[in-house]
Amino acid sequence: MASLWEYANPRKFMALSGGLLPWVSAGAALCLVVGLVWGFFFTPDDYRQGSTVKIIYLHVPSALMAINAWFMMLVASLIWLIRRHHVSALAAKAAAPVGAVMTLIALVTGAFWGQPMWGTWWAWDPRLTSFLILFLFYLGYMALWSAIENDDTAADLTSVLCLVGTVFAVLSRYAVNFWNQGLHQGASLSLDKEENVADIFYFPLLVAIAGFVLLFVALVLLRTRTEIRLRRMRALVMREQIS
Amino acid sequence: MIALLLRDLRLAVRAGGGFGLAIAFFLIVVTLVPLGVGPASGLLEEIAPGILWIAALLASLLSLDRIFALDFDDGSLDLLATAPLPLEGLVAIKALAHWITTGLALSLAALLLAPLLALPASAYLWLLLSLLLGTPALSMIGAFGAALTVGLRRGGLLLSLLVLPFYVPVLILGAETVRRGAQGLDPTTPLLLLAALSCGTIALLPFASAAVLRINLR
Repeated sequence: MASLWEYANPRKFMALSGGLLPWVSAGAALCLVVGLVWGFFFTPDDYRQGSTVKIIYLHVPSALMAINAWFMMLVASLIWLIRRHHVSALAAKAAAPVGAVMTLIALVTGAFWGQPMWGTWWAWDPRLTSFLILFLFYLGYMALWSAIENDDTAADLTSVLCLVGTVFAVLSRYAVNFWNQGLHQGASLSLDKEENVADIFYFPLLVAIAGFVLLFVALVLLRTRTEIRLRRMRALVMREQIS
Repeated sequence: MIALLLRDLRLAVRAGGGFGLAIAFFLIVVTLVPLGVGPASGLLEEIAPGILWIAALLASLLSLDRIFALDFDDGSLDLLATAPLPLEGLVAIKALAHWITTGLALSLAALLLAPLLALPASAYLWLLLSLLLGTPALSMIGAFGAALTVGLRRGGLLLSLLVLPFYVPVLILGAETVRRGAQGLDPTTPLLLLAALSCGTIALLPFASAAVLRINLR
């Protein structure tokens, strides 16, 4: 019986991911090009925001991935803690810098959008603040990985940090609501809401989101493969030194 | 457990560098802020809740590495880990000792320092209450951070990077309580949430800290 857990075997994972990687990368490139070109050049300007509205095609997908990357790290950490699959720990490690960069993209594009619209690069709005805090969590997570020499210890400690950090990131998200009412609009991509982004912006945005998801998957696969190869290489070097 | 608590308290008071230092640091930060932003009492009054809370938070952060590091270095942590006391209890006791020597002391010291920042008299009670209810969460979170970095040689800076984001909800709710008290609004909502946060960390974080300690002692 084929089971998902078979791919916890590094050899099987390498075979699968090696096969998948070109397809995922091509899909990411296709979706990104289509979504961004469609969004940037073939949608009308907003009647109030002008052409700045097009920042949405970078801002929203990257913000979405910033959160989902952490969520993926959480799941991978849980799998590592419960089932001790090394590939899972390495995938969590591989996802962290990608997630951090996504957070940074969301913050920077948000600043570029906020400057003409709100008249300021930065405001202590709840969502902006919680994204900055999320970025700090990413930094702490990566710093802990790089500080510990023993790989298994590092994987264990960062996994626990990820679990506890999730709880506190969510707590911070709701605590900041207390402290400042924001400038951000509410949710506007929900499937069940009356008031959404107009369809003409919605569809290219969906393509761009798909592109960012595929890009994230491709980068994580690539980085996980690199980590696995790095481990194999280290094992080889150690074997050489012993013999 | 009580013996362990007394041992930690005695070490903190007698070995020097722990107990008095946090309060002295608190005093220095509170002194430096008016020097930096100017002595206008209107401005000070406005930022006093935030400054007092941030100063308390930093003072509590500075003494974190003492929770486990000294015991880890001289090997007594290994002995304590093999003692009949569960590791979760050990963590809770250590955090309690840390709270008594920093959190409790800082809460009382804050009352003396509040006039320096022209905090309105109506906020004194809320300052004391919010610090008393909030600092246990700081100590529990800190013990978790200290357990994470206990095996590292230069864990100090990393410890701050790891622990400070965790302090965010406590800081927001604590400072909000005092701010509402100072403005004559009703501060019970943030205060209750702060108490809930402390209860939650006391109930759950010892398990995470003990798990982390076991990994580090492996």
